[in-house]
Amino acid sequence: MLTKKQLFTRGMLDISPHMLSVIPFGIICGAIGVELGFHPYLVYAMSFIIFGGASQIVFLQLLSGGASSLVAVASVGIINSRHLLYGAVLSEYLEKLSFIKKLLISYVVVDQGFAESNKFFKKNRNEEFLHYHLIGTGCTMWVCWQIATLSGIVLGSFVPEELGLKFAIPLTFIAIVVQDLKKLDHVIVMITCGLSSLLFFDAPFKSYIIISPIIALFVAALLLRLKK
Amino acid sequence: MTLTAIIFAGILTYFTRMTMIALISRDMLGDKIKAVLEYVPSAVFPAIIFPGIFINDFGTFIEMNDPKIFGALVAVIVGYFSKNIIATISAGLVSYWFLIFVVFS
Repeated sequence: MLTKKQLFTRGMLDISPHMLSVIPFGIICGAIGVELGFHPYLVYAMSFIIFGGASQIVFLQLLSGGASSLVAVASVGIINSRHLLYGAVLSEYLEKLSFIKKLLISYVVVDQGFAESNKFFKKNRNEEFLHYHLIGTGCTMWVCWQIATLSGIVLGSFVPEELGLKFAIPLTFIAIVVQDLKKLDHVIVMITCGLSSLLFFDAPFKSYIIISPIIALFVAALLLRLKK
Repeated sequence: MTLTAIIFAGILTYFTRMTMIALISRDMLGDKIKAVLEYVPSAVFPAIIFPGIFINDFGTFIEMNDPKIFGALVAVIVGYFSKNIIATISAGLVSYWFLIFVVFS
């Protein structure tokens, strides 16, 4: 049985490689916000209040492009609605926690943290303090994201744009799913999701980001039925 | 005004994170749903990966000879065999840079 501290540290270690892409992306996010003409405090407030990478950029781009606040808020909600799926998966492992703890831990659920903690949870179902792994991944992400966006706000885009570091984001997620390419059913689900996301890319409010997972999960359900 | 919108966006985002964890108990989901949820990572992340590779900053499709496609392929191969996140990301970035700075420049 691992202690709380060991699990927390394990979570930190499991997510830290992703900081290779998260930190440059955070710097870009902060810099873009200021470049678009928003007050630095507002740009930073987003990292604290919304704490959701791509959705922050979309929010500012929409507002600066003249969209209404309502459209910008709705887009953030839709982009981040994928967390509902993460929560549904994680709920199994967090069931025993008190309501307050569940409320607190929810704030730090992020893509990479969900991915790495979920992998760890599947292998270590019987650990008593599993949630400390999720706190470890989430807090590491939180601290790095705050520092990275702040640096971008203060220093501007000191990361040369020519480097195309935004490309590190798809790479980080490739690293997460690549081992599942061994399983044919997962490959089919991934291709379904990927192609749907391209097909529905122009759907309003960036809704491709939730439409394509839903289509892919339907395909997954069909595959499960065929397997039987 | 903008701050109010940020706060609303933040509350909405927090609800997407919290709803399934705090308000739904696992028993409310049947075994079939649980089995489908096993596929969540494979069903969600390609929606971030594919547009990140195939669609450029202006929202249009890239050319089929775009260096990003090559970089992504290298990342997939390196990731598959190395099982290492840092190696996967670096391999993708370095091969992408090699193409844009050395080959195409």
